[in-house]
Amino acid sequence: MSKYILKRILMLIPTLIGAAIFVFFLLRLIPGDVCELRLAGTGLYADPAEILLCQKNLGLDQPLFVQFLDFLWGYVIFDLGDSMWTGFPVVHEIAIRFELSLQVAIMATVVAVAIAIPLGIISAVKQNTWIDYVVRTFSIAGIAMPSFWLGILIILGLLIGSQHFFGEPWMPPITYVPIWIDPMENLAQLIWPAVATGYRYSAVATRMTRSALLEVLREDYVRTARAKGLIEKVIINRHALKNSLLPVVTIIAIEFAFLMGGLVVTEQVFNLNGLGKLFVESVENQDFNMTQQLVMLVVVIFVFTNLFVDILYAWLDPRIRYS
Amino acid sequence: MTNLTTKLALATLIGAGLVVGGTVEAAPKKGGILNYVVGSKIPSYDGHKETTFGMIHPIRPYYSTLIRVNPDNPASPTDFVCDVCVGDVPKGEEGGTKFTFKIRKDVEFHDGTPMTAQDVKATMDKIIFPPKGIPSARKAFFKAVASITAPDDETVIFKLAFPTGTFIPALALPFNFIYSKKDLDTHGYTWHQKNVNGTGAFKFVQHQKGSFVEGVRNASYHHKGKPYLDGIKAISAPKLAVRVQAIRGDRASIEFRGFPPKHRDDLVKALGNKITVQESDWNCVLMFAPNHKVKPFDDPRVRRALTYAVDRHGGSKYLSRIAIVKTVGGIVFPNHPFAANEAELSKLAGYSKDIGASRAEAKKLLAAAGVPNLKFVLNNRGVDQPYKVVGTWLIDQWKKVGMKVTQRVQPSPPFYATLRKKKDFDVSIDFNCQSVINPIADITKFLTTAGNNYSAGGDAKADAIYEKLLRSADPKEQRAMIRQYEKRVIDDAMVAAITLWWYKINPHRSYVKGWKIAPSHYLNQHLDNIWLDK
Repeated sequence: MSKYILKRILMLIPTLIGAAIFVFFLLRLIPGDVCELRLAGTGLYADPAEILLCQKNLGLDQPLFVQFLDFLWGYVIFDLGDSMWTGFPVVHEIAIRFELSLQVAIMATVVAVAIAIPLGIISAVKQNTWIDYVVRTFSIAGIAMPSFWLGILIILGLLIGSQHFFGEPWMPPITYVPIWIDPMENLAQLIWPAVATGYRYSAVATRMTRSALLEVLREDYVRTARAKGLIEKVIINRHALKNSLLPVVTIIAIEFAFLMGGLVVTEQVFNLNGLGKLFVESVENQDFNMTQQLVMLVVVIFVFTNLFVDILYAWLDPRIRYS
Repeated sequence: MTNLTTKLALATLIGAGLVVGGTVEAAPKKGGILNYVVGSKIPSYDGHKETTFGMIHPIRPYYSTLIRVNPDNPASPTDFVCDVCVGDVPKGEEGGTKFTFKIRKDVEFHDGTPMTAQDVKATMDKIIFPPKGIPSARKAFFKAVASITAPDDETVIFKLAFPTGTFIPALALPFNFIYSKKDLDTHGYTWHQKNVNGTGAFKFVQHQKGSFVEGVRNASYHHKGKPYLDGIKAISAPKLAVRVQAIRGDRASIEFRGFPPKHRDDLVKALGNKITVQESDWNCVLMFAPNHKVKPFDDPRVRRALTYAVDRHGGSKYLSRIAIVKTVGGIVFPNHPFAANEAELSKLAGYSKDIGASRAEAKKLLAAAGVPNLKFVLNNRGVDQPYKVVGTWLIDQWKKVGMKVTQRVQPSPPFYATLRKKKDFDVSIDFNCQSVINPIADITKFLTTAGNNYSAGGDAKADAIYEKLLRSADPKEQRAMIRQYEKRVIDDAMVAAITLWWYKINPHRSYVKGWKIAPSHYLNQHLDNIWLDK
């Protein structure tokens, strides 16, 4: 097992280097420049000498290869550099948003699991009944409906509904307060994006739970259990469900990794100051350094999630680690 | 009194009328926190370096400037008052080449250091004569300044190389934050990019990056009795929909940049008299620039045909219902005494109310140039308001004289790259957006040598007129020369064309009192006159 884990960890190194090269050079293909945007983006006159000075201060006047080596050297000395837009350290900029993104990802996962597992089981057990059709329609709607659109509907619903019932429109808070400072304010802001993203996320997991459980329910050992006279509840809970959850766990883990940096539009809709919003802003601002480090962070999250899932698989199914 | 002087006085009186109107309101109440939304991001806190309202809206309340646009009369383009100086804004001495400012004695930086004339001199030196390697975005506005001296702690003297009408408006730019000489000497010239120590109405408390900037009342503010608010919170909200919803849901009380007409109507419909709307002409103009280096746009006849084809008066009527553009005007901000009046405008290519005749002229010019069925690509910026709306409208206008135009819409970075580096466009949308209305400085965009003239062309006659204009101190003469210059750059030589001036719409919660809309989203952002009627 340890040899297997070591092998998987060593495979991370070329993956990360490949991603770094890809990200660095791909970003440089985008026309435009952070200095021009900053000094002349609002239509004000910008002296070309000021733009050159700004480029020099940011190291953008250096040859591309030198910039690339600087970027890689940063990982060696644990210095990810500064944001080209704000001038503050990238680590600081990411750290203040990481907490919010992590909380939304956890809350959305809780919402998704709370919806997906029971509905997936009910749908499988009641296959081809009206209950199954209702659950399938509900989950297909979740897949079809983008979470940002659902988010817009939620906000409009809250504004219109609260004005109708209480006379004054109410919308969720638009600035973040940590949960340990004001739990109510924190939840009032984050529950809505968690529901909006959790619903889409649950739709995928519901369908996976249903199909995996149906497959297991057709296995010989389930038939044997029924022949032995075990009650259906015990068969489902003790024998079938556990074995059917392997692909569901994979889906949940990958979706969780996606949520950490992928809530680009939903964060904009709810004005959440998370990693997704930072991603959009850094791309808009041509802030190469910030974008590179954010992409690398997402790569690292995905790579380690995959590693975790691989190890989990190997632990659950010994055939994988011996192959 | 000359006609022009009358106009200048009138412009001030219009504003004074607003002040009288304002006094009808109840007496200001103290207290409360103003939450407002900002649709852009803060690059750094350094006003001397930055150009975006994303910095001005959250940071300006922590600083003072030497003079400012009259906060009680911001609609007037010529009404400037002292901020940290004493009395009235000085008139030029020695033929308009010397300006002496007496500095207040009761101004204090937030760290407790008293502010003196030495701080003002150090600040203006940094802006006008920055050391090598120190960025200063607006030093070009002060080309006429020869020296700055502070003979004592209460006097600052500016000496100009030549008299110019651009100096006082440039001095009132909201970016000219007064920094402490001690900070500049101790921490260096880049310290203010990440730190705040001003003399403004509010003291900086915290900046949660990407989320909000928070400040509290400055009890020792030099404008006694102000500010009225206990604190301010500038909330970052890049999405327009979020900003509108924030006001509707009362998470924010106001947004200072401006909303499109539809959002104004939605807010009024939803909230009725809980929303107050202030509107104003806006010192931003959308233009189109033909590339003089690309055939057939090297031919002035083709360039003039482009402007003749555009029905500005019709466009104003319809576009103002859906976009943030409205006013038909020439190269100078429409409400300024130097702006062309209706009769003067109607003589310029593309400004006649007889659009049939204008379009016939456009067709004639195209035929004479040998391109009756001109085809080209319009380079446009991927921003809805007002770029894409106006771009689409322009295409329709040109179609009416037989031109076939396709639009190439790009996000801001590649759009700028096309405009400034690649320069491989046929015709491009362009814009000119300024803060303090400073006509003589604002119209430099059409000069052959101007860095922001993206048409890659110019007009030698217009350049010569401008050189004389810059050195004139007589308003009447300045106005006459601007007319000649205008005729050259948007008609005879058609360097680039004006489409419509922007129109600023600020719907806000009715309990927000004391703030008056200015013709620029950069102005009147010190917030010392705002109070909450709650």
